[in-house]
Amino acid sequence: MIALLIRDMRLAFRAGGGFGLGLAFFLILAVLVPLGVGPDRTTLALIAPGILWVGALLACLLSLDRIFALDYEDGSLDLLATAPVPLEGVVSIKALAHWLTTGVPLVLVSPVLGLLLSLPVPAYGWLLLSLMLGTPALSVIGTFGAALTVGLKRGGLLLSLLVLPLYIPTLVFGAEVVSRGAQGLAVGTPLALLAGITAGAVALLPFASAYVIRINLR
Amino acid sequence: MSSLWEYANPLKFMRTTDWLLPIVAVAAVVITTIGLVWGFFFTPDDFRQGSTVKIVFIHVPAAMMAINAWVMMLVASLVWLIRRHHVSALAARAAAPVGAVMTVIGLITGAVWGQPMWGTWWAWDPRLTAFLILFLFYLGYIAMWSAIDDPDTGADLTAVLCLVGSVFAVLSRYAANFWNQGLHQGASLSVAPGTRMDWAYKAPLYTCMVGFGLIFLALVLAGTRTEIRARRMKALVARERMA
Repeated sequence: MIALLIRDMRLAFRAGGGFGLGLAFFLILAVLVPLGVGPDRTTLALIAPGILWVGALLACLLSLDRIFALDYEDGSLDLLATAPVPLEGVVSIKALAHWLTTGVPLVLVSPVLGLLLSLPVPAYGWLLLSLMLGTPALSVIGTFGAALTVGLKRGGLLLSLLVLPLYIPTLVFGAEVVSRGAQGLAVGTPLALLAGITAGAVALLPFASAYVIRINLR
Repeated sequence: MSSLWEYANPLKFMRTTDWLLPIVAVAAVVITTIGLVWGFFFTPDDFRQGSTVKIVFIHVPAAMMAINAWVMMLVASLVWLIRRHHVSALAARAAAPVGAVMTVIGLITGAVWGQPMWGTWWAWDPRLTAFLILFLFYLGYIAMWSAIDDPDTGADLTAVLCLVGSVFAVLSRYAANFWNQGLHQGASLSVAPGTRMDWAYKAPLYTCMVGFGLIFLALVLAGTRTEIRARRMKALVARERMA
């Protein structure tokens, strides 16, 4: 399983793996929003938590179809499905690899983008914490969506239609943590709910994803 | 021994719905017409909302059926996943567009009602938001069905999507509750004592609800029959090619 993790991460980092695309997209979004909304600092500070969370969500979405598509095309997914490692484990590892190559970099650059959007100072810690807690859920839910659409020729658009509604609870609680943090309010409740969604998704969705992949490989 | 599962046999299902569907369809039209005419022309105006209150006779039944349709799809998906009855999967497929249209009717009548009452067509109220999200789930479900050629794979994938989607739809409902306080009134009907709706409104409203339920049933039965016929046709064409 560790070998699989290393393999997936190598594939993501190398040329054509799409690493950095999500980051670049996140950066472009943070540049485009002030250009569209205007440079007024108070307005930007007000919408920054939401923009950063929506940006992280969309950047995550970009690399989802890579999780299974290439393995499905060259047949490695069939091998993985018949391997002694349970398919649920394979799916979890792939989600973990996706998180390490997409989610974690997004978390790490988010404070810089917060600076661009003049996010209020007390919110930075909450931004990092909420993204750190929330992005695993994004990866796991996205892996489920990728598993659903793996057999389709042009599943990309369908994938976003399926996955984005599933991201709503994570987005609501994540953005709520940051905007409450920015106003200096108590963040305990949304933070706990966000952690709860992540824990539930990480624990249960790999079973659904593995089930769906078995259907698609039939 | 007769049991509910007999109707999982497509032939038996077709034979039963042959005579059941016309009855349900006629009953749906008659009861809905009675309910709507009663509601629109034979109820008093509300002392504050005037005649706009009468949109409740479309709004509430449509909203109710929008949610019930999803619940029915959930049950049908479970039956398909557990017992592999094709009729069940096809019924879930037939219910989705009806549910989506009910959701749109609920949203549109809500907007028309909200304009004079709240002074706005749309507000990011938790109930409204949750309904819009439900509509997105319907769209995803329908798109998933139409994207897959193999009917059994499609049935399996959409059934799992329906199960996972249900969990997230409920989560979204509570997330929306948490996210914003609403303009929307509480439940229109409640068994709790002290309900605020008078029987003059409740009676036609219940009639409309039964009518909308029957409309849904008639459309789902018709849709399922169409799906079964389409499948049979495909099988016949395939057999013809083999020969």
